[in-house]
Amino acid sequence: MDLLEYQGKQLFARHGVPVPSGKPARTVDEAVAAAEEIGYPCVIKAQVQIGGRGKAGGIKLAGNRDEATEHATNIIGMDIRGFTVHEVWVEAASEIASEYYASIIFDRSAKKPLVMLSTQGGMDIEEVAERDPTAIARLHVDPLLGFQDFHGRRLAFDAGVDADVVRPVGALLRKLYDAFIAEDATLVEVNPLIVTTDRKVAALDAKVTLDENAAFRHPDHAALRYTEGEDPQEAMARERDLTYVKLDGNVGILGNGAGLVMSTLDVVKYAGGEPANFLDAGGGANAEQITSAVEVILSNEKVTAVLFNIFGGITRCDEVARGLIEAFEQIKPQVPFVVRLDGTNDEEGRALLSEADLPNVHTEATMLGAAQKVVELAG
Amino acid sequence: MSILVDKNTKLCVSGITGREGTFHAMNNRRYGTQVVSGVTPGKEGQDVEGVPVFNTFRKAVAETGANTAMVFVPPRFAADSILEAADAGIELIIAITEGIPAHDELRVYNHLKQAHPGTRLVGPNCPGILSPGKANVGIIPAAFFSEGNVGVVSRSGTLTYQIGNELAQKGFGNSTIVGIGGDPVPGTSFIDVLELFEADPETELIVMAGEIGGSAEEEAAEYIAEHVSKPVVAYIAGFTAPPGKTMGHAGAIVSGTSGTAAAKKEALEARGVRVGQSPTEVAEIAADIAGSLAR
Repeated sequence: MDLLEYQGKQLFARHGVPVPSGKPARTVDEAVAAAEEIGYPCVIKAQVQIGGRGKAGGIKLAGNRDEATEHATNIIGMDIRGFTVHEVWVEAASEIASEYYASIIFDRSAKKPLVMLSTQGGMDIEEVAERDPTAIARLHVDPLLGFQDFHGRRLAFDAGVDADVVRPVGALLRKLYDAFIAEDATLVEVNPLIVTTDRKVAALDAKVTLDENAAFRHPDHAALRYTEGEDPQEAMARERDLTYVKLDGNVGILGNGAGLVMSTLDVVKYAGGEPANFLDAGGGANAEQITSAVEVILSNEKVTAVLFNIFGGITRCDEVARGLIEAFEQIKPQVPFVVRLDGTNDEEGRALLSEADLPNVHTEATMLGAAQKVVELAG
Repeated sequence: MSILVDKNTKLCVSGITGREGTFHAMNNRRYGTQVVSGVTPGKEGQDVEGVPVFNTFRKAVAETGANTAMVFVPPRFAADSILEAADAGIELIIAITEGIPAHDELRVYNHLKQAHPGTRLVGPNCPGILSPGKANVGIIPAAFFSEGNVGVVSRSGTLTYQIGNELAQKGFGNSTIVGIGGDPVPGTSFIDVLELFEADPETELIVMAGEIGGSAEEEAAEYIAEHVSKPVVAYIAGFTAPPGKTMGHAGAIVSGTSGTAAAKKEALEARGVRVGQSPTEVAEIAADIAGSLAR
């Protein structure tokens, strides 16, 4: 789960990472009131989960009330690369002397958190990495030991930060690490990490990804979910505990097991089709869950045909067939279905389907054959 | 021969008294796996269809000689259960549980490496390990697989069944099928399993099924080029996955330009590993290689 900038900053602040003071606002009036309280100059920043806000005009400096009103009016409701701005963050303007970069990522190869620090902040760090890899100091932390003071010093010296801020930068990294661990984050990124003209350090931006598998120990994280930007089908699927990802095409897809569903999307694409979604009905899905999943798939109006690709292990093919039959009774789909059932109770499943004789449901023996058929029917 | 699980496996199931735990433990026993004990704190003295239940792994190991653990408990208890099994001296821990927090997995992985270098963790979020004709530990539907000489290692469960089925239709059986799981921090990597298959006399051909996310397939490609003499056929799922979206498995995500299926395929092919475009094509390539081996 990705957080908005201001949610990330509020989370940082709880762990002692210095951030400029600010307030979120959802209306122009709220934004202006926040600006008046914070004082001028202040910055009004669009809160959307996409980069390039500055270039799109989503970040503006306000020197007085009129400017705050003008900018808030322009920014709230604006569209940034397909994302509508519903919220702004009003923040005290900082006088910046230097822009650094800091992040902690989950390094899957090393199986350790990787802390990175660079004095070349404020720009795309991947570009920096490509142009001058030595400009980024890196250090793996043993998760059983945790972040030590010397880690902070080593990173600061290796990155070549100004001598007078070695200690505060190290301290900020340590607090960032605390936040990374305590909040079960899989990414924390600060770009830029600034040194102000009066030689203070602060996180001027915040990018945070939280691990949803750890939600059970963070009841407060549920409130951070940004539902306004969420796709309606994805929201519907989430409420039903289905693993669904919306895609651009017209072939609806349901399978069991993440790997098999990914493979199904690929095979449909090779057959010349465009998948409308990824939907993993999961292990051991029962008829009710299948019916519910069909509803989610068909609520996407672009879908012109649906493919069921099931290889039953824990999932029983007769349950899948029952779910589909039930879905036909309840929803009466208007689009053709192609069904391929293999594995546990596949014969029973196929027998149920042929008995039910559903309109416009085609069974296929193989995954490849099923993919070709559904593409043909989807048009 | 086979790898990891066989007739000598003595299995202790953590979470054996739960619905899923009981169901799969009994399934494994029916297949012929020696299921010697179970662990559920507070339920010592009970039994599950004749399998004795203990409060702790230490006691289960002492009383029943268990050498392999299967972890079936809910995500919030799973890391603890893995650590307990390792502490009790279990050498092979197979974690089926899906949804363990990533930081828990990190701590477990690093602790095992440091304090229990002789313990192997397979999973979490994996379907388990099947050595056809010998033992089944986990949830792999054994009926679709027969004894043979193709070793399979995969990040995904049902995809493994699909590939196994395609191989079976071409007449192949399997030495062992290892599901390493779809999480970001798998206890056992492709490389670990490739090393075991390379050393296993029964395995003549290796099928490796990867997916988007991370760089485990690229690392495996390097390893294969230097250390694996047996033919390897690979498959990668997720060519059409958009960046930034988690495709079901916590580990299956393309971040920026890294972790794409195309990059993995390229890395494997650059090292001489043939990559099938579909599960069907994987079986065709395997048949092609087997044919040339026979000649």
